[in-house]
Amino acid sequence: MPDVDPLVNELRAIVGNDYVIHLPEDLIVFEYDGSVDKAMPSAVVLPGSTAEVSEVVSAASRAGVPIVARGAGTGLSGGAVAEQGGLVVALTRMKRILEIDPADHLAVVEPGVVNLDISTAAAEYGLYFAPDPSSQRACTIGGNVAENSGGPHCLAYGVTTNHVLGMEVVLADGSIAWLGGRTRETPGYDLRGIVIGSEGTLAIATKIVVRLLKQPEAVKTLLAVFKEMDQASSAVSGIIAAGIVPAAIEMMDHFCIEAVEPAVNAGYPKGAGAVLLVEVDGLSEAVEEEASEIERVCRSYDPMEIRAAVDEEERARLWAGRKGVLGALGRLAPNYYLVDGTIPRTRLMEVLARITEIGDKYGLPIANLLHAGDGNLHPSVLFDERDPDQLRRTMEAGAEILELCVEAGGVLSGEHGIGLEKQEYMPLMFNDEDMAAMAKLAPAFGSRGRFNPGKIFPTGKTRAPIPHAGAVARTGAGAFI
Amino acid sequence: MVSAPPSFGPDFEEDLYKCVHCGFCLQACPTYLETGLETESPRGRIALMKAVNEGRIGPSPTVSRHWDLCIQCRACETACPSGVPYGRLIETVTAEVERHRKPSLLPRVAASAILKGVLPHQGRLGLLTGGLRLYQRLGIQRAVRGTRALRVLSRRLADLEESAPAVSGAPFRAGGQVIPARGERRARVALLSGCVMPLVNGPEMRAVARVLSRNGCEVVVPKEQVCCGAIHSHVGDLDTARKMARRNVDVFEAAGVDAVVTASAGCGARMKEYDELLQGDEEYGARSAGFAHVVKDVHEFLAELPFVPPTGRLDRRVTYQDSCHLVNAQRITEAPRQLLRSIPGLELVEMDGASRCCGAGGAYAITQRAFSLRLLDSKMSAVEETDAGTVATANPGCLIQLQLGARRSGKPVQVRYITDLLDESYGKESLA
Repeated sequence: MPDVDPLVNELRAIVGNDYVIHLPEDLIVFEYDGSVDKAMPSAVVLPGSTAEVSEVVSAASRAGVPIVARGAGTGLSGGAVAEQGGLVVALTRMKRILEIDPADHLAVVEPGVVNLDISTAAAEYGLYFAPDPSSQRACTIGGNVAENSGGPHCLAYGVTTNHVLGMEVVLADGSIAWLGGRTRETPGYDLRGIVIGSEGTLAIATKIVVRLLKQPEAVKTLLAVFKEMDQASSAVSGIIAAGIVPAAIEMMDHFCIEAVEPAVNAGYPKGAGAVLLVEVDGLSEAVEEEASEIERVCRSYDPMEIRAAVDEEERARLWAGRKGVLGALGRLAPNYYLVDGTIPRTRLMEVLARITEIGDKYGLPIANLLHAGDGNLHPSVLFDERDPDQLRRTMEAGAEILELCVEAGGVLSGEHGIGLEKQEYMPLMFNDEDMAAMAKLAPAFGSRGRFNPGKIFPTGKTRAPIPHAGAVARTGAGAFI
Repeated sequence: MVSAPPSFGPDFEEDLYKCVHCGFCLQACPTYLETGLETESPRGRIALMKAVNEGRIGPSPTVSRHWDLCIQCRACETACPSGVPYGRLIETVTAEVERHRKPSLLPRVAASAILKGVLPHQGRLGLLTGGLRLYQRLGIQRAVRGTRALRVLSRRLADLEESAPAVSGAPFRAGGQVIPARGERRARVALLSGCVMPLVNGPEMRAVARVLSRNGCEVVVPKEQVCCGAIHSHVGDLDTARKMARRNVDVFEAAGVDAVVTASAGCGARMKEYDELLQGDEEYGARSAGFAHVVKDVHEFLAELPFVPPTGRLDRRVTYQDSCHLVNAQRITEAPRQLLRSIPGLELVEMDGASRCCGAGGAYAITQRAFSLRLLDSKMSAVEETDAGTVATANPGCLIQLQLGARRSGKPVQVRYITDLLDESYGKESLA
């Protein structure tokens, strides 16, 4: 481990004393993000401008220490955890919205801008930023870019990469480059697309040009309540089979309802086995038509109740429930381990049943909340990290769930990234050649393992590989992939 | 340097491990928003509590500095989906740290002397504010501020002088008086006199009583009541706070009233949680739980009554600063606004971040002066953007702090209690 101390003075000269953190007690608050992984960085620096980021990165590169970019630390795969120590570059001071262009429907923002603040600022022009992770009140756009984050509304609108036009980035040698621009298409390689979702291993974004969408003319949000998870799963398949693509279809089980209802009074009924939150938006006539079709489909699965939010306040409450679930799980157990697997949505029912069996096997409750519309599961194992045996059982249960997802024809991560959490499972989906091809990117960007080392790729103990399992399951054995 | 972990008790631990570090609290926290530093966030402060509780680190000055910088505004509690009772956690930790701390700095000595030696004693407090009033009335203050002589002598003393509240008139005394209801009697209420507000804002306290009376309330002001204990718990002196709480439970129970009304949001918040403070107290534990239910913030009480809408016109553009102890601790946001909007001619404009703390925070304005002023200056910029000539507030701490903000900004902004504006409007109708 390279010594960071001589670097501290250099960093202080760049950003000022107040924004270099190196005392061990202070560093404790940078050892975690929103996930279960923890590791202590050697120092933390908070640059205030692109120029400062560039100087900081140059200095750290010269000193040979790992560089880990960090936003609000709400990530769920350990992306901002400094696994190998080194320097954490926290971008929370760079939180200016530099420009909103209502004519071209775009905004230029710094990486520390909170996701929701973009939509709040754009609302004045009738515009908004579509990707809406549940942590959108806290998470930053820089982190969204690193993880290629999704959110409930990604079912209809796509994930972060579909809403970022270009970025100014700092590379490992401190140089500053623009990838993409202000238009939908830029000639040459789509380096923008490569950096988005690269989990901080290639570059640090310092300015981001985001697309803004026009706020829909009408929005309708339905709450469908079911006695059993199975009925809710069938209703999801039914809606999709009817050819409707709602803006969002979210599912929550009884654990989620029990946890979140006291927190936000969302209006999810007690005693329900599962609730579906279905939202449609667009032109008024189409919205009404789709909503009544969705209601008809749901009715055929014998719901306990189905109703539409009568006003914006009720709609906001229904969503506050969904977006508060994860944090509210703290009411049920001191920790949760959220698994981010994705499966074909036709197999929801059987996979959810298998997850319940896994929970029983390990003697741990598993709360299920899912972006049901696109088959993105978030089974959350509830445990207490202070009990080492529970932690062990939790990780084993998580592994089994991921294997199950891949087996079912799904993938390891829907929107949270691989990070530390799922790196050892990469061989479930990729063989050595696949991963070697991916690993060529970091040197091409000149990062030489400096940026966020020890992430994404397996580091040691690997599980038995099932080469191409996911792809094979999706397309059939022997298919050209 | 890792010492044995201090013992915070099992309840504390259970509260502490409700935090799943999701980070939702970050954007609610004024010190995080101001600095962008995780060390100055609720999640960071809780992580430090966990680390100390697990014996990984000791509660060193490096650590406690981050807890000290917390204003205890409890905005994080409103954002927390896990229901972490942060206010209770930070109070417990501050008390534990305070027990082991050697008082050294002047502000801390001064604060401690005032808290323990003066606040519980209305007589001594009266002498202090009486002196302050003379100082302000006789023009000495103007001379001192004009020459900046004090700043040359002692920067700290000059800071304290600059922050000293403006004494607005003769003090309000809790003398066992009964103010009769005007018109038909709708309720009998006891008014908490408090400690600072009756002395610094005597005329405004009398306005509160008049507003209640105007709305058909018989108002009693029990003589034996004492300070609610909020500031003491805030700085970790829980023993004194409990002593005060027990006394007040006795006095107000004996008053035989429908409600105990507080004009100060900080006092209301403290008294509504007397049951937590007195938990485990054999005699007072159960009694205080019942007591907490009859405590009402004056704005909440008037809105529920419901109040008689005033008809006297006040042509003013007003912005409202949510008091942390009203919006976060008592979750009251609408009642104060409803009262303001009811005044004919008054235009209520919302400022950006109305619920973000102004930096007052009880003793915070003294113990963490530099940071308190940083927050205050941000607040005054938000006020300025609204173009309002008046900032309305529901709490004496906020009033005193915002008055300091107005002086610092040099802008002609008036800072008024909502009840004071209501009283002025009611007053105008009797003239018409």
